[in-house]
Amino acid sequence: MQTMLDKIWDEHVVVPETAETPAILYIDLHIIHEVTTPQAFSKLRELGLPVRRPDLTLATMDHSTPTTPVRTFKDLAVISKGALNQIRQMERNCGDFNIELLGFDSEYRGIVHVMGPELGATQPGKTIVCGDSHSSTHGAFGALAFGIGTTEVGHVLATQCLLQRKPRTLSVEINGQLPPGVSAKDIILALIGKIGVQGGTGHVIEYRGNTIRSLDMEQRMTICNMSIEGGARAGMIAPDDTTFNYLHGRQRVPTGHAWDSAVLRWRSLHTDDNAKFDMSVSLDASSLQPMVTFGTNPGMVIGINDPVPASDDPSFKKALDYMQVTPGRPMTENDVDVVFIGSCTNGRLSDLQEAASLLEGRKVAAGVRMLVVPGSQQVKNQAEALGLDRIFKDAGAEWREAGCSMCIGMNGDIALPGQLSVSTSNRNFEGRQGIGARTVLASPATAAASAVRGKVADPRSLAREQRQ
Amino acid sequence: MSGIAKIKSRTVVLATTDIDTDQIIAARFLTTTSRDGLGAHLFNDLRYRSDGALNESFPLNVPSAEGCEILVAGNNFGCGSSREHAPWALLDYGFKAVISTEIADIFRSNALKNGLLPVLVDKPLHARLLNEPGLELTIDLADTSLTLPDGTRVSFEIDGFARHCLLEGIDQLGFLQQHSEAIRTFEERRSWTP
Repeated sequence: MQTMLDKIWDEHVVVPETAETPAILYIDLHIIHEVTTPQAFSKLRELGLPVRRPDLTLATMDHSTPTTPVRTFKDLAVISKGALNQIRQMERNCGDFNIELLGFDSEYRGIVHVMGPELGATQPGKTIVCGDSHSSTHGAFGALAFGIGTTEVGHVLATQCLLQRKPRTLSVEINGQLPPGVSAKDIILALIGKIGVQGGTGHVIEYRGNTIRSLDMEQRMTICNMSIEGGARAGMIAPDDTTFNYLHGRQRVPTGHAWDSAVLRWRSLHTDDNAKFDMSVSLDASSLQPMVTFGTNPGMVIGINDPVPASDDPSFKKALDYMQVTPGRPMTENDVDVVFIGSCTNGRLSDLQEAASLLEGRKVAAGVRMLVVPGSQQVKNQAEALGLDRIFKDAGAEWREAGCSMCIGMNGDIALPGQLSVSTSNRNFEGRQGIGARTVLASPATAAASAVRGKVADPRSLAREQRQ
Repeated sequence: MSGIAKIKSRTVVLATTDIDTDQIIAARFLTTTSRDGLGAHLFNDLRYRSDGALNESFPLNVPSAEGCEILVAGNNFGCGSSREHAPWALLDYGFKAVISTEIADIFRSNALKNGLLPVLVDKPLHARLLNEPGLELTIDLADTSLTLPDGTRVSFEIDGFARHCLLEGIDQLGFLQQHSEAIRTFEERRSWTP
């Protein structure tokens, strides 16, 4: 009886772990970006080492890149000399080491965790790493995917392997019909609220249950993406027909007989009945409501109409002071300055559609700045083909080029000190979206509704108006 | 990695729980291609006020914190991003060890690869360390022990392989490279190719 983690792990062990040494684990796909790789390439140059498998390495630039609309990417207004240097060095490193770079001239450039699945490079059963903690996203396909540091990026570039101890397993069983107006983002925020930001430390989460099975791939990616916010380095979902239908025909998946045999292999990856997990948690999706964070970590989260809780814990109080919110009052009383729709959590086409459906025929409230940043050039092109860019622009929002943008705020897209930002991203840490910026994490629907109301808002109230 | 086998220093205490990597080193300082010099930006938005003036009440800025090599932090230190800039910044500033009840997975892995010791202690000892900033501790990596000024000695958990590598000066990349034959065999024999 094996879990999905056991099966994928066993298939990738080059040298088994012992009491003294961790396992040597083979990596099938290494995605790299400009911010966490320069020091790794420097190490390779210093040691005179080649990249062992450039063919299993895929590069892009997303973190420090500008998202301001440009006619040609030659006109890019990069935030600083440092950021420009990173971009230039990435181009040079990929050239020198023969790595495929989906750069500014590529129609496939995008956030690492949007691009990989879109191309079909992300596949079930693979081990996938990237110098980015949201690498857990790729686990939605039944891959073992996790974030690594720059030293480990160097290890993978040089040897295609990592030294790893096998993590423990956490089963998260989610059942029940998701109520209208409640989305995958609300599920994962509710789960992190339940287990806490360190609840999954040392574990790989497997999301299971009929709610998970009913979700499409983009929703599954939203859930796996935020596993790290619950402390788990990886999150995974067993591949099924939804997965195979998503992947079929994509650029980098096998074709013909090879596709058939791949699907056959992928179908065997699921956790066996009666396999044991180290820990188990369950969640009833039918009782969920739109969720918003009120504090400075993703575990400080409540239902949209619930009162902000109180506590005597100094760290808790410090978080509420930073956020300027009052215990006992709902988050809907707070005025909104900025709304950000995008990121590797919620920057895919269906996320933009969810937001656009509420914004159509409406205006962003006076005084609110709204940024819509597609997760990739592909998402941007698809959204424009559907006219979503017009809906956003007509409503008064800014329509941007693809990138990480205000999720991490290192490219110049930031909220100002004291501003309240309702954001579809993944982290509400102090200063994450700019010095002194106050972040409220929410679903695309809640973010769009908040943009229209000018206050943190329940998307269901806007949807009701729409129906009347 | 010299000087890591035994660390003897007073502590600085940051009692806040869930100190994330964005607080340790904010993203705007990551536009660098080097691992040096990040200590200047460690805890930047906590050490400095918005007008750039020093926040004198922040524990790192108190005169007695000068030269301290051990940071005692609230539970779940280092949560958030995979940026290795976080341990680089702590090391560059002068820290050699972080003590807490829980330290986030990726941060801990990154710290160990750079010779910053993540030391896990139990809640009662943690509470005592939080309440007594400036306590002189001795951390001995060889026997994984932590000794208090009153002679109290406890052992702490740390990944055995990382400990071995740090003590013996073994480079983990070199260790991996020694297995290149096994890696090649694995690639040749696997039943499917990625």
